[in-house]
Amino acid sequence: MMTAKTNRHWTARLAILLPYGWLVAFFLAPFLIILKISLSQSAIAQPPYTPVFDLATGWESLKDAFSALSLDNYASIVTDRFYAWSYGKSLQVATVSTAILLLIGYPVAYALARAPRRWQATLVLLVVLPFWTSFLIRVYAWINILQHDGLLNQALIALHVIDHPVTWLATDQAVYLGIVYSYFPFMVLPLYAALEKLDDTLLEAAADLGAPPWKAFFAITVPLSLPGIVAGALLCFIPIMGEFVIPDLLGSSATAMIGQTLWMEFFANRDWPVASALAAVLLVILVTPIMIYRRREARQIDKAR
Amino acid sequence: MAPLVTFERITKRFGAFTAVDDLTLAINEREFFALLGPSGCGKTTLLRLLAGFEMPDAGRVVLETQDLAGVPPYRRPVNMMFQSYALFPHLTVAGNIAFGLKQDALPKGEIAARVDEMLVLVQLSGLAGRRPDQLSGGQRQRVALARSLAKRPKVLLLDEPLAALDRKLREETRFELKDLQQRLATSFVIVTHDQDEAMALADRIAVMDRGRIAQVGTPTEIYEQPSSRWVANFVGNVNLIEGRVAQVYPGFVTIEREGLRLRVAQAEAVAPGMSAWAALRPEKIRIAHDVPQDAVDGAAENGASGVITDIGYLGTLSIYKVRLDSGLVLKAAAMNESRQAARTVRVNDRVWLSWTPDATVLLTA
Repeated sequence: MMTAKTNRHWTARLAILLPYGWLVAFFLAPFLIILKISLSQSAIAQPPYTPVFDLATGWESLKDAFSALSLDNYASIVTDRFYAWSYGKSLQVATVSTAILLLIGYPVAYALARAPRRWQATLVLLVVLPFWTSFLIRVYAWINILQHDGLLNQALIALHVIDHPVTWLATDQAVYLGIVYSYFPFMVLPLYAALEKLDDTLLEAAADLGAPPWKAFFAITVPLSLPGIVAGALLCFIPIMGEFVIPDLLGSSATAMIGQTLWMEFFANRDWPVASALAAVLLVILVTPIMIYRRREARQIDKAR
Repeated sequence: MAPLVTFERITKRFGAFTAVDDLTLAINEREFFALLGPSGCGKTTLLRLLAGFEMPDAGRVVLETQDLAGVPPYRRPVNMMFQSYALFPHLTVAGNIAFGLKQDALPKGEIAARVDEMLVLVQLSGLAGRRPDQLSGGQRQRVALARSLAKRPKVLLLDEPLAALDRKLREETRFELKDLQQRLATSFVIVTHDQDEAMALADRIAVMDRGRIAQVGTPTEIYEQPSSRWVANFVGNVNLIEGRVAQVYPGFVTIEREGLRLRVAQAEAVAPGMSAWAALRPEKIRIAHDVPQDAVDGAAENGASGVITDIGYLGTLSIYKVRLDSGLVLKAAAMNESRQAARTVRVNDRVWLSWTPDATVLLTA
């Protein structure tokens, strides 16, 4: 009896420890390392920054290493317009793409949720189907479509819409196209999950009380699918902010998003400290809106009580 | 007086299933009308046809003088209280009640006044700011009722309004609902599978069976004068005694079967030799230990002796199963007027059952 109780106690504790352990090992610890590097100075060495903490060198040198840390990299991020511009570009691309995704994704998710039950599993599968091909191959395929003598220009010339090939590749539009195409399932699936749960009787009740379908849609369907809208928007916005591959392959130097800038600092300039500082600032930018949303949500729950 | 709602030869099919089959029915103004029947009999479909959620395949639904064909639900002056209540989870109690009023674009002050009035009506005044998930089942039921009444509909439709409540609350709410209907002087149409509910609430009941109306009448008519064996069986408990018409007299007929002769006060046109059923409610049978003299002589009508095989104790009353000497089993009910120790009828007792000629109803269908 006693052992059974203790066992349950331990399994319960393990169940809580596992996700925390995971977060500490694969999120918190790497982040602390990044944070430390971001406070260091770039150096031609192995690793390419100073100071390096080495427990073997004793207490005094550790203290020296600590005092050598500085906020210089953050200062240069703030003062150098190039970084601010890059963050701004990322914010712009992420915001616009998320808005487009929501505008296209909502009707699709709505249609999915309203489709006959026996079709729904197949339709959801079709939305997920692109995942079965490598992401990189799909983006390369867009290069083939959009390039100067690509499929799109050939088709438009054949249809006499245009006389000469148009430049599609290496434009902002190409980046938006690639991003919207790639992130589409991430928007549709949470929206579908929220809309699929919606009780049809609520719409009947709204109609019964005098609301025509379009009014019922905005008064009932949209507010009740808000959790899906938020989930879909976050699921798209956050990774798009840090997106590297799509703007790198489909965009130009004019579409240098923060992910590319980070890559450049890290690999091309070998400036690990600045790259780390860029990553830390990106994290703050991403976490802030989530925190605000969570606070608002918590306050609403409190108010409802 | 012209009826308020008329269903004219309505047929509604779902694929191969006919939910409502060539049905005609009229509901009057200020009437509490019940659609009673087992699940799948078409009663909810009929309600949804009136609300506008379904369109008939044939026939017309008429409200006062207006043919409702092609009128969408949001333009019909009827409101429905849903079985699941269908409260909007993201709106407060007040927001739910105000929803219909806002669709009519009433002035803000008027909406607020009407919401308050409704909250008082259903005794929920303190809970205007709560959300549905912070209410008890009974409170949710009241919000649903207030919401459907807020627009002062010409007809209020109630789909199994009490089904989700527990028994005690259900019985209390019945009285409140009846009281509310009389105060508002609005027509209420209730769908229910619970015959007690229909009897307690309704001025008139339509008993439905497989998409058709089996009988329409007051609760007393339905119970005391059922039109068929099916209705007699569905509404309340009944003994159906099959026999052959022996004699037809002015005002009564006699029916015979092995070991039993029944005299039924009945005006229905029957001829000797026809087979018929006598419907006899258990509570109309008297149970006695003593066999009367005419029964000893073998001349008794409306009586038989038998042995008690089972007693079902229900608190207020007990149901006695009696096997007659002919093998026929009758159910008889008696109030438990005294406490158990004083009751004299026990299992295996030999008893004499008797009833009056007007206790039975002659049925040929």
